[in-house]
Amino acid sequence: MALSSKSNTPIRYPMSVDQTTVKRVARLARITVTDEDAARMEGELNTILGFVEQLSEVDVDGVEPMTSVMPMTIKMRRDQVTDGAKADDIVANAPETTGSFFLVPKVVE
Amino acid sequence: MTELTRLTIAEARDQMDKGALSSAELTEAYIGAIEAANGALNAYVAVSADKARAMAKQSDERIARGEAGRLEGIPLGIKDLFATEGIHTQACSHILVGFEPRYESTVTANLWADGAVMLGKLNMDEFAMGSSNENSYYGPAVNPWRAEGSQENLVPGGSSGGSAAAVAAGLCVAATATDTGGSIRQPAAFTGTVGIKPTYGRCSRWGIAAFASSLDQAGPITRDVRDAALMLTSMASVDDKDTTCVDKPVPDYAAALGQSVKGLKIGIPKEYRVDAMPEEIETLWHQGIAWLKDAGAEIVDIELPNTRYALPAYYIVAPAEASSNLARYDGVRYGLRVPGKDILEMYENTRAEGFGDEVKRRIMIGTYVLSAGYYDAYYLRAQKVRTLIKRDFETAFNAGVDAILTPATPSSAFPIGDSAMKSDPVKMYLNDIFTVTVNMAGLPGISVPAGLDHQGLPLGLQLIGRPFDEETLFRTAHVIEQAAGRFEPTRWW
Repeated sequence: MALSSKSNTPIRYPMSVDQTTVKRVARLARITVTDEDAARMEGELNTILGFVEQLSEVDVDGVEPMTSVMPMTIKMRRDQVTDGAKADDIVANAPETTGSFFLVPKVVE
Repeated sequence: MTELTRLTIAEARDQMDKGALSSAELTEAYIGAIEAANGALNAYVAVSADKARAMAKQSDERIARGEAGRLEGIPLGIKDLFATEGIHTQACSHILVGFEPRYESTVTANLWADGAVMLGKLNMDEFAMGSSNENSYYGPAVNPWRAEGSQENLVPGGSSGGSAAAVAAGLCVAATATDTGGSIRQPAAFTGTVGIKPTYGRCSRWGIAAFASSLDQAGPITRDVRDAALMLTSMASVDDKDTTCVDKPVPDYAAALGQSVKGLKIGIPKEYRVDAMPEEIETLWHQGIAWLKDAGAEIVDIELPNTRYALPAYYIVAPAEASSNLARYDGVRYGLRVPGKDILEMYENTRAEGFGDEVKRRIMIGTYVLSAGYYDAYYLRAQKVRTLIKRDFETAFNAGVDAILTPATPSSAFPIGDSAMKSDPVKMYLNDIFTVTVNMAGLPGISVPAGLDHQGLPLGLQLIGRPFDEETLFRTAHVIEQAAGRFEPTRWW
């Protein structure tokens, strides 16, 4: 019996989504989908997931995930107020406002 | 195109300095050209003619006072992704309808500080997601190039399709663009223009609507290599408002032009030969190799073994970051709001109506791969693959390679509404197969026109450089440009 190494036993991807999963993901993403949308998206998303599945054949044992494309130390700013008092600018593009507040449908009875 | 609207930045600046041309005159020529052509090409989604005239007048005054900046009086088009104060900024999405920011992006502020004039905002794929400009809420931009003897409209590439079409058709001297997986270099290749994506961190991302923050970079699309160097010198800066923007002084990139490439080591990666790539692209690549060899460069074969995993890894990383970045479009702070019976339904209805199909697809993929239980299998694994891709490049550069030469795209421009790409999103994604590795590794890449295919459509070559070594790219691309010449479409619009 051949010895198996980690690289020969790729991670099993959850390869496809069904319409229930599509609807669950749409809820998480806060996008309304109709049954018709969900049916179409099921096929499209599975095509894409099928395409990315080839990553399971790459041996990534001991490889660090990339966290930054360029090695750099995070920049620190001086502890100073350099900006502010722009409430009017901030609400200027909002669909509904009152004074310097955003208006949303009632969330607490 | 009139003679005026064919001038490069360098040529127009020269004439202005000599007093042979005013910014007002040049700006007026462009406003006229846009009025005449935009109905056919749909390159601009908003034209700021009054602002352009006012800026041109100020430029002419500064020129008269001997205070001309690097881009003084040069009329530019700006991709709709850049925030421009008080001017249409919608990332070509319906969800940002009516948005006019109260602030200016760092990149555009740098351009205005150097004297440039803004003509308006350019068409693009919604939120920079696409390779054909067909995902714009404003409809597709049209490539000024057509196949010989054909009336069929072709895509200008994407996502910076409006930028590329406008520069190629003489609707601005140069344009800003952005590149997350190839969105500067692919449209440049499809339109016979020059496009450079600088090293990640060279241009500030502040004020640019975020798509995938670890991949997005701004850069120019221009008529020639010198103009690309001039534009990038102005666009790049050190900026405290973007913590990923590097604290390195910006070189005078144009100074690199004209330097010899004698002794430079140019790497040729065998992994960039893909199935079904037209033979003429392979031939063009060989032509590029021959030009650089003739100019004294040393050609070496290199290996980038993880190349084929770049695109699948990208289609995990980019949607994951996008799903997070686009969470802010919720109908509360700006743009579209579609009512619902409660706040949750308002969010869901707003996003369902405001986002187009491709943007929804990517948000859904991103949400899925980041959802509980799948993070390690998808996102973490993709980020590990990314480390391997970067390592491939580092190995080549450590062995003394100065730049890498590849084709820019696997084909020339294709027709608007191509049915194969419409029915299969992955087919469209394959457009970025040669460009996406560069974003995954954070490196600089330039696309330079190198010839025409059998239909008379432009093709480009790509040069990939070491981090922050854009100068070698400009110098080498200039040699290719000198050998290949420049390419302009025949006017039909």
